[in-house]
Amino acid sequence: MFYRVAGQYKTSYQADYALFPVKQDAWLLALVLIVAFVVFPLTASDFMFRALLIPVLIYALAALGLNILTGYAGQLSLGTGAFMGVGAYACYKIVTIFPELNIIVAIALSGFFSAAVGVAFGLPSLRIKGFYLAIATLAAQFFLVWLFQKWGWLYNYNASGAIQVPNTQMFGITVTGARASAMSQYFVVLSVVCIVTFLAINVTRGRIGRTWKAVRDMDIAAELVGINLMKAKLSAFFVSSYIVGIAGALFVFLWRGAAEADLFDIQLSFRVLFIAIIGGLGSILGNYLGALLIVALPVIIGTVPAMFGLPISSAMVEHLNTMIIGALIIGFLIVEPHGLARFWAVIREKLIIWPFPH
Amino acid sequence: MERLHSIFVAPFADMVAAPDFFLQVVWEGLVSGVLYALIALGFVLIFKSSRIFNFAQGIMVVFAALTLVGLHERGVPALLAVPLTLVVMFFLAVAIERVVLRPLVNQPDIILFMATIGVTLFLIGLGETIFGGENKVMITSELGIPTGSWIMEPFGGFVSIEQKDVTAVVGAVLLVIALLVFLNKSKMGRAIRALGDDHQAALSVGISLSTIWVIVWFISGIIALATGIVWGARAGVSFALEVIALKALPVLMLGGLESVTGAIVGGLAIGVLEKVFEIYWGQPLLGGNTEAWFAYVLALLVLLVRPQGLFGEKIIERV
Repeated sequence: MFYRVAGQYKTSYQADYALFPVKQDAWLLALVLIVAFVVFPLTASDFMFRALLIPVLIYALAALGLNILTGYAGQLSLGTGAFMGVGAYACYKIVTIFPELNIIVAIALSGFFSAAVGVAFGLPSLRIKGFYLAIATLAAQFFLVWLFQKWGWLYNYNASGAIQVPNTQMFGITVTGARASAMSQYFVVLSVVCIVTFLAINVTRGRIGRTWKAVRDMDIAAELVGINLMKAKLSAFFVSSYIVGIAGALFVFLWRGAAEADLFDIQLSFRVLFIAIIGGLGSILGNYLGALLIVALPVIIGTVPAMFGLPISSAMVEHLNTMIIGALIIGFLIVEPHGLARFWAVIREKLIIWPFPH
Repeated sequence: MERLHSIFVAPFADMVAAPDFFLQVVWEGLVSGVLYALIALGFVLIFKSSRIFNFAQGIMVVFAALTLVGLHERGVPALLAVPLTLVVMFFLAVAIERVVLRPLVNQPDIILFMATIGVTLFLIGLGETIFGGENKVMITSELGIPTGSWIMEPFGGFVSIEQKDVTAVVGAVLLVIALLVFLNKSKMGRAIRALGDDHQAALSVGISLSTIWVIVWFISGIIALATGIVWGARAGVSFALEVIALKALPVLMLGGLESVTGAIVGGLAIGVLEKVFEIYWGQPLLGGNTEAWFAYVLALLVLLVRPQGLFGEKIIERV
């Protein structure tokens, strides 16, 4: 009833290939954007921005980057955390060397560094496949984190070995550093995420996206129909690591405020991989749903015992949290191995024919 | 020139100048190599029989060791705690087969891989909830493992060998022999290998998938307990073990995912080489702690030459 597609005629191929062939999808997206841009800033508290909204957006962006590599181009990566680190450290170096540069420009530039590193570690993918390729990204993961610790130049030879985000301003408003307000940071993150998502949707719909999907489904067959495997795989590594690098820069500059090398360890890689898989490999929407589940759920579970006044120590809450997340991951994989995005697709189908059963 | 000298000449000169120290380093590397090989064996067994890349092997090691120590803390005598832990590992295998694997039969590899990471998180949470997150001491002497050390004097130098390390190596060798005999001689072992070769064909001649899976996961549980005892005796029982278990991945890749021999050779090679590299190149030239990444980079380099690993089955692709 609300999702009725009857009567929406397409009279040209352009209309059929449009971003929103069904009008209700566009309305729904508009509603979500209004909530994100207007309703949340008016109602949400600082805690909500810092603990929930900003991390969800940043993790979703990182998962989007990984999803392009794993979900669209079919190359398994376990090194997302380290590539996020490359983005963050590159951004830190850019900001400290050129302090007057706009922070958005610095973040956009830092993506290129992680993209270059990503392509370098993507080179083995031309020869190694499947789980064996995971070792190449694992090598990146452990080697880069070690480098972040040992190469003093990266953190300007700080005694603490950590990078500290300086205060920077944009249009007269402080957006990074200790003095920035949560709301301004939220707006920066939201804008970056929206722009990157829009670009990613169009890249994956276009020619490059189709070559990636062909390589994912069967690379030898793709080669036989004339796809240049090297170009396809390396471009996937490039785009993916670029987005992951931006997510890493946002992660440190607009959320954590400071970072040590350990922040980018393998746990971070796995968390992003979870988000991409729980959300749905090969889908853009899924990253957001997955991030909501993986990032928001622990926060919510953490507040439940306090709500009922149960005397549980915070360490215990953390242990239970790990356990519940593990169980949930297994549960979701069993119920819907194709992820939350498929879940939404099923619901949407049902809504379109509702109230009829067929 | 000086740089080249410090890379290509000085380390070897050091080795020759102090052969006793070199032997000590190799021995240390060999012992950790045995442990890597043990963890990798658990992986290989499960991968061979079900094509599941079992990420949870590492946490199974921790969980088995924690259960053993936890039972002992609650007053169970050490020699009774071992069989009790094995019972727990058996029920764990049954539970994993029932709850996780059975509903996920025929899903793509990466989904099953993710499911085992889910199992990992669950077991971490469960272990911490039951036994607490703090470090524990392995009940080495209670289990009758000698703790002294032998001093040897080759080349007029001095090499100290811990008796528990020797026990570990001997135990590991016995375990591997038992496993090879089981896999190659017994009926059940043949069924496991048949399932690994061809699922459908094995099913059609009446081999029960679920029974074999439970058995394979249980054997991995036994290996996990052995690894847990040995490693716990060296470094204490804590969840940090789980990170060390990640080392089994390059070991596997180096040896080839399907090969028991590969797991053993890969484990020993990585154990020795990373120790030698760390002592002679890592610490003087690179600022140390190269053990964090050396194994992975080595495996990557080997894979570039042999994409299926040293002993893996040749990958044949058809369209």
